Amino acid sequence: MNTITGLNKMSPNELAQIVFQKEELFIIDVRNESDFNDWRIEGDKIEIINIPYFDLIDGVDPALDKIPNNKKVLVVCAKEGSSQFVAEKIVEAGRTNVFYLEGGMKAWSEHLEPVKIGDLKDGGSIYQFVRIGKGCLSYMVVSNGEAAIVDTLRMTDVYEQFAKDINVSIKHTIDTHLHADHISGGKKLAEKVGATYWLPPKDATEVTFTYEKLEEGKNITVGNTTITIQPIYSPGHTIGSTSLIVDDKYFLTGDILFIESIGRPDLAGKAEDWVGDLRNTLYNRYKELSNDLIVLPAHFGKITELGEGGKVSARMGDLYQKNPGLNIQDEVEFRKTVTENLPPQPNAYQEIRQTNMGKITPNEEEQREMEIGPNRCAVHDK
Amino acid sequence: MNSNKVLDAKGLACPMPIVKTKKAIGEIESGEVLEVHTTDKGAKNDLTAWAKSSGHEMLKDTEENGVLKFWIKKG
Repeated sequence: MNTITGLNKMSPNELAQIVFQKEELFIIDVRNESDFNDWRIEGDKIEIINIPYFDLIDGVDPALDKIPNNKKVLVVCAKEGSSQFVAEKIVEAGRTNVFYLEGGMKAWSEHLEPVKIGDLKDGGSIYQFVRIGKGCLSYMVVSNGEAAIVDTLRMTDVYEQFAKDINVSIKHTIDTHLHADHISGGKKLAEKVGATYWLPPKDATEVTFTYEKLEEGKNITVGNTTITIQPIYSPGHTIGSTSLIVDDKYFLTGDILFIESIGRPDLAGKAEDWVGDLRNTLYNRYKELSNDLIVLPAHFGKITELGEGGKVSARMGDLYQKNPGLNIQDEVEFRKTVTENLPPQPNAYQEIRQTNMGKITPNEEEQREMEIGPNRCAVHDK
Repeated sequence: MNSNKVLDAKGLACPMPIVKTKKAIGEIESGEVLEVHTTDKGAKNDLTAWAKSSGHEMLKDTEENGVLKFWIKKG
């Protein structure tokens, strides 16, 4: 994969490895300026520029001047066609080591990369599925031939295939809350494989389908050993938001607590009402728990939150020291931070909530369009 | 809306709708209107951004039964 002459296709998987391994890459994003400004590929050693493809139709000279000679170059567009068109012209101009992104930003947005987080006491494991293009994180807890999936994304075939590969059957799909930034695959997958779908009842008052109530005191067991998933009611991002303690060690915080930020309370239109809940969850409820819990959130906001091998996790005690959202002592200032000057809402967030309630049923292409862009679920996201 | 030229770019994927639009607009006079038909949803943002950066004016756009229509006045 070093120096290759001519034109090459790069898969989302190969790009994910470059981001995870913090390798160097020069990206020319040829989408229009507003799409680029809204959302783009990020990485530690990735340099990225934007030149819309329609400025390169008559010739790629404006791009050639900017491409460093010794770097691997990736051309990216929305779907693939334009990046291939531009990349071909760059190769024709004599450049080498030039790639275009297979499936474009559309495929990048949907790519899921499974990363093993660790082992469980009785021989099971927990995996994090990193949706690197959108910043969504979901989890698979496996033990003794069974699996539970937490915050399942729309691309359910990835989990199904993974479960097949490691020879486990999916018994539970759990949503920590009613999502507003992405379409849940939890219900769909549960129906397909005969699993139980869990959702916090307070987030489910308007849903149109049956579900199992995710509530404190109702532990979920995976496998016939004693891997328990213990729900902790932790409202604030939504009124039902529920965190999960897995095997007394891993703490799945949903959209309440992230690594470098905290959840926003406004996506259901009730910021003022839910600020107090968010404060109480983060500054009281979570504080009663062990500092040694490993926090595993449902999102990352910045690429810097990706640790070794792409893992997104942190020790609870460390977050109480470093996370700015956990260090606002003044309640008035906290209220301001989480209700004023928030980042823009996620794309189509109202329609996404309706979809997750089962009220509307957009087709696959429409669902894909709705999910375009970053997750924007944290208060500190730009 | 009246137009001086109609470009049928239906069924074409990115970047072809813009490649063809660019060519077609070269064939009309300044102040005349080019009407573009496409089925590529991405064309909306791209055509609008392209028209702006090339000094043309996007007069109107519609969407009906999956066909997007644009009226672009040459600058």
